[in-house]
Amino acid sequence: MSPRRNDIKKILVLGSGPIVIGQACEFDYSGTQALKALKAEGYDVVLVNSNPATIMTDPALADRTYLEPLTPDCVEQILERERPQAILPTLGGQTALNLAVSLAERGTLKRLGVELLGADLEVIRRAEDRELFKKTMKDIGLAVPNSLVVTELGQVREAGARLGFPVVVRPSFTLGGNGGGIAHDPRELLARVAAAFDASPSRKVLLEESVLGWKEYELEVMRDRKDNFVVVCSIENIDPMGVHTGDSVTVAPAQTLTDREYQAMREDARRAVSAVGVETGGCNVQFAVEPKTGRRVVIEINPRVSRSSALASKATGFPIAKLAAKLAVGYTLDEVPNDVTKKSCACFEPAVDYVVTKVPRFAFEKFYAKEEDAALLGPSMKSVGEVLALGRTFKESLQKALRSLEAGRDGFQSPVMKSPLSASDRELLIRKISSPCADRLFWMKAALENGIPVQEAAERSGMDAWFLHQMRELIDFEQRLIRQKPSPKILREAKILGFSDRALARLWGKTEDAIRKMRRRSGLRPSFKLVDTCAAEFEAATPYYYSTYHGDNEVRLRRNRRKVAILGSGPNRIGQGIEFDYSCVHASEALREAGFETVMINCNPETVSTDYDVSDRLYFEPLTFEDVTEILHLEKPLGTMVQFGGQTPLNLTLPLHRAGERILGTHPSFIDAAEDRRRFGALIKRLGIPAPAHGIAKSEREALAIARRVGFPVMVRPSYVLGGRAMEVASDEEALRDYLVRRKHAGHPSLLVDRFLSDAAEADVDAVCDGEDVFIGGVMEHIEEAGIHSGDSACTLPPHSLTPSQIERMLDYTRRLARGLRVVGLLNVQFAVKDDAVYVLEANPRASRTVPFLSKATGIPLAKLAALSMVGRKLKTMLPKPLRGQQIPKLPYAATKEVIFPFNRFPGVDPTLGPEMRSTGEVMGLGPDFARSFAKSQAAAGTPLPVSGAVFISVRDEDKAALVPIAATLGRLGFELHATRGTQSHLARHGVRTSLVRKLGEGRPNPVDLLRQGGVSLIVNTPSSGRARSDGYNIRRTALELGIACVTNINDCRAVVHGISLQKGSKPEVLSLQEYHALLPYSVPR
Amino acid sequence: MKTPAWLALEDGTVFRGFSCGAQGENAGELVFNTSMTGYQEVLTDPSYKGQLVAMTYPQIGNYGITQEDDESSGTALSGFVVRELCRTPSNWRCIEPLDLFLRRRGIPAIEGIDTRSLTILLRKKGALRAVLSTFPSSERALVRKAKAWPSLSGKDLASQTSCREPYAWTEGLPQGLDGLQAPPARRKRRVLVLDFGVKRGILRCLVSAGCEVLVMPAKTDARALIEKKPDGVLLSNGPGDPEPLHYAIETVRGLLDARIPLFGICLGHQLLGLALGAKTYKLGFGHHGANHPVMETATGKIDITSQNHGFCVDERTLPEDVRATHINLHDRTCEGLAHAHLPAFSVQYHPEACAGPRDARALFLRFVSMMDSGNPAAARAKEIAG
Repeated sequence: MSPRRNDIKKILVLGSGPIVIGQACEFDYSGTQALKALKAEGYDVVLVNSNPATIMTDPALADRTYLEPLTPDCVEQILERERPQAILPTLGGQTALNLAVSLAERGTLKRLGVELLGADLEVIRRAEDRELFKKTMKDIGLAVPNSLVVTELGQVREAGARLGFPVVVRPSFTLGGNGGGIAHDPRELLARVAAAFDASPSRKVLLEESVLGWKEYELEVMRDRKDNFVVVCSIENIDPMGVHTGDSVTVAPAQTLTDREYQAMREDARRAVSAVGVETGGCNVQFAVEPKTGRRVVIEINPRVSRSSALASKATGFPIAKLAAKLAVGYTLDEVPNDVTKKSCACFEPAVDYVVTKVPRFAFEKFYAKEEDAALLGPSMKSVGEVLALGRTFKESLQKALRSLEAGRDGFQSPVMKSPLSASDRELLIRKISSPCADRLFWMKAALENGIPVQEAAERSGMDAWFLHQMRELIDFEQRLIRQKPSPKILREAKILGFSDRALARLWGKTEDAIRKMRRRSGLRPSFKLVDTCAAEFEAATPYYYSTYHGDNEVRLRRNRRKVAILGSGPNRIGQGIEFDYSCVHASEALREAGFETVMINCNPETVSTDYDVSDRLYFEPLTFEDVTEILHLEKPLGTMVQFGGQTPLNLTLPLHRAGERILGTHPSFIDAAEDRRRFGALIKRLGIPAPAHGIAKSEREALAIARRVGFPVMVRPSYVLGGRAMEVASDEEALRDYLVRRKHAGHPSLLVDRFLSDAAEADVDAVCDGEDVFIGGVMEHIEEAGIHSGDSACTLPPHSLTPSQIERMLDYTRRLARGLRVVGLLNVQFAVKDDAVYVLEANPRASRTVPFLSKATGIPLAKLAALSMVGRKLKTMLPKPLRGQQIPKLPYAATKEVIFPFNRFPGVDPTLGPEMRSTGEVMGLGPDFARSFAKSQAAAGTPLPVSGAVFISVRDEDKAALVPIAATLGRLGFELHATRGTQSHLARHGVRTSLVRKLGEGRPNPVDLLRQGGVSLIVNTPSSGRARSDGYNIRRTALELGIACVTNINDCRAVVHGISLQKGSKPEVLSLQEYHALLPYSVPR
Repeated sequence: MKTPAWLALEDGTVFRGFSCGAQGENAGELVFNTSMTGYQEVLTDPSYKGQLVAMTYPQIGNYGITQEDDESSGTALSGFVVRELCRTPSNWRCIEPLDLFLRRRGIPAIEGIDTRSLTILLRKKGALRAVLSTFPSSERALVRKAKAWPSLSGKDLASQTSCREPYAWTEGLPQGLDGLQAPPARRKRRVLVLDFGVKRGILRCLVSAGCEVLVMPAKTDARALIEKKPDGVLLSNGPGDPEPLHYAIETVRGLLDARIPLFGICLGHQLLGLALGAKTYKLGFGHHGANHPVMETATGKIDITSQNHGFCVDERTLPEDVRATHINLHDRTCEGLAHAHLPAFSVQYHPEACAGPRDARALFLRFVSMMDSGNPAAARAKEIAG
């Protein structure tokens, strides 16, 4: 008899929504696994997820896919429409779990007879409600940190006194520790609790005895309904307690616990999970261990699949999410076959025979001008991505992880310091290793190199001496290496310790090429080992490998000429995230369907591309020239695809090409022509395509000369940047000089200076070219005007304000560019429109951030078409008939992409948009027209358009004329209007009445008072320069804190008001993507 | 300067690495162990007598050696093989680094070889005879020595790892049985442990389960045991092949006849099987690790278990009144048995763990209830003794 639950026919799966800090593409990985598992079991599967960049929202993965806001109202509507018997809320992160709780609490689940699978309300409460959790733990005799719960500010003083400082502040039900913090004195405690009240939906805050500096561990476990329990993986944090585990460098398996301590911890975890009642699925249990006595306390349980589960899955090869889905529908661990050995069952504990190191990737430079301003790491997560590396030793895996980061380091590297160390430098080092900063290991190396003893470093940093001794060994070897002449013997030792060719080149003062040649002459090539969950005890079928310089190579190759290597996108960062992984996965899927063998190379544990069943072989390896060429040398594919993984593989194009590797698709020299501003300028001139006047400056003098020639304002940036790094608009000479002074030490050789088209409209076009035909997926018009990074702009499809003639010119220029660059594969072009003239801003012959959005909106999988074009397929055979020729998809509906910012994680940062990209994720709204799709996108982004209340308006002079009709509409819709003096008098002159709010410091009420009073549901505040700037800053920051929708540019404002006017009175309709696609005038390819 | 060392296998493979323990040359049967923690317990487990042990986890020695984690007073194994040995351990209980311990105990050890390649070889060919040497010598000579080493099969190793004289054991587990409680009793149950190389973990579990523990030499006969008026006898773990231990099989038969409650662990399980008339056989490369899933067939409940054995009871040879109670979910081998009428049961794995998960420690309580149930077996035992 099958254990599968037959009383359930239809299951609704909740996704995790947009990528935000603390909740990234790991939930696409887990959700995708779960959907596949549930479909394979024959269930009717419904998915709700607002994030179009995910693989899980591909229409083929669920029976119905709702790209709708993850709000209780909206999901309730979908439940009423679909009437599933159950919801699976444990695979969509905290978002899904919180949503399930609110649906249960408002009675929806009971009313509709919907069951929660994986974890029911009681379980979620016992795990998430800190007070209840502690009680549950104490009842079974497990130790927890001492703590008190406060629900009002009056209780804080006494609580602080009782616990002793520092005190940890933990709000209930928040994501990635948001709103939490450490308070060192009573005053700080009061402020933190006030902030935590705002962050916690339940207004309950836990104050806890500090376990700061204790050793931190996590166990990733699974439990089934028969109480079978396995630990998939143990994880030890190098950064001690006090740094969020997402921001910590972590190692698996645990390194410094004896068996007795590890098993006691395992036993605690087993009892804890059982007491909380997690019945079916994966969860993690976090522990703190006092380093001097071994006292162990339970910190928390996540009753769901988490970021650490993704990490544990990748670290061991054990598919946690897939298993969690199977367990949720009735299976027990022993009833699910073991994926890896293909024999026996999934009820076992992986034994690994390698060491895995995870290193987070930060983006502080995007938010703080000076490094010193960047906040220290703490219990609220700040990192935007991570890398994972496997090695046979910790030393090897650490080096691999650090070079995977793409942070300009070739391994375990330190800052260059003068030797001998001055007293102030020594002080700096001590300070750096004592405080948890993003670069701590970098400084730690310098500290150890400069004679700070391991014991002292361990005490100051709270890192276990074991890790520091291992680092010390690398340093000792490095010092020996520098003293010796290169020889095959020492080279071999170096490779076994994980030194990259580039690091050796740096240490020996040679070129990377010379080292590589020497290495190959000595026959030193990496071996690739299998990740098999069982330390080689059984034969395994997983096609999942990592490299090391020791022992036999385990890759077994069949000769196959139809084999393609795909380079992934590396760690998530701002400007390069899940969208690129989506394209990589699509490329692999399309090629495999077409009978090709695919080889995936990537080092990001959160992704779907690093799931070992996405490709024929997965190499979990750094995306550096050295690591990639070694894999290509072994695999000998017919070629390599560099277009899908964003800038990371693109940067490898020329070196790979020069090394004789075949790049599939657009020729490397044309990729370079698009990247190299000078060559690109010449090309568009030849093609007769207009572009803003521009120049390339090698010096300050040249930069100023170009600016004077093209005229201010100008857009300046270093050449070769990602995500608009250090990109700025300079309105006059003074501003440009200021920029040049600030950039002086950044070390970029040349600067690009472009005439900036103020108030221009912008658009993105994505196209595929097969060498002959060009297929244009669509023209996506930005809602924000030029000057705001395209990745930070909301955009709509079809365009909402471009004229047919403007669109026609964009299509024409795109086709010309595709041919001019001899594109085979993808092409993204960015346009600006000013005074009816269309300008090309840039062209990227690669997958863009908008490919998934466009593919979802049109049903045409652009990345798949591109991958197949690159192996010789023709568009005319692949496209649906109505789209052949020069047709672009015409949508009988509208789609809007809105972006999500992490400003709430970065205290003190001005949440105004500019040319530097700062968003982390995106959502999609679909509707019958632009206004309604825009309204949907806003709701999905967590700032639903208000239907009533007060609006506070303060705009810069340039925007005042455009404001009048907008403000008038708002007034007509019944909003109460408040404005600052200048705005008020301008509106009054045009017959719009508003009440006056004084500027900050000019008496009261000022805008901040107004916001704090409550009642304001929308803020319109466009930033200006000078003194008003800091006013605007205070307003926007306050809005952010209070969660009030805040519009910072006039185009957005127009869209918002239009959306509001349509929303009044009618409930927005929910419709699945499959239903939208059925409306298209062509059939959507599967 | 690093001292070279060699590991030569009977199939002619030679691994070259560096010495990381005592100087010396030892032959034995080479097996691999997949536990990621617990090397100290492995090193002090008497069941490894006659064997060279390769750890599959590559970094060994990270937490050093502790005061409390020895499983016996000695180190029975013949040699130790690791990818990398840590000389700078870190743990609050650490008293000395592993390399020092190995040298002090005279255990030759090799590091710097690819233990994964070695494991794959052993998986394919089964446990091999091998020589670990730190003395320069020709590789061919070492391979010859490996081939010349007599097999483990047919050897009585247990008499070498057993205690010489009886002794009482009184120390329990530091945290008890993780919340499990033995049912209250008027007096402590008296358990005799027939010692074939018993691990201290077993003795500690018995004490924590409310037993008075007396450890008896392997060759103690049934009559002598029964005279001590035990509530039950535990047949301990031990090294090597159970078949040549005729004296022990005889003893177990005597205890069965006297209906003395019996609990067998590992070698003790095999001996109970043999005494009941079943046969044993040698596995390819054995079970040595801490992640083996074992299902109790009656309940469907699965425990993740600690294992260390190269021989196994053949389920097909069990007589009618003996049930196979547990199976290994990896390879479906027999992991436990119980007599239908007599108070005797046994498991192939290590319920005491050490090293490994503690999922199965409740079996010690099962043994206690079997002793407590006051069944005719216990009564008759008293009669005979009287």
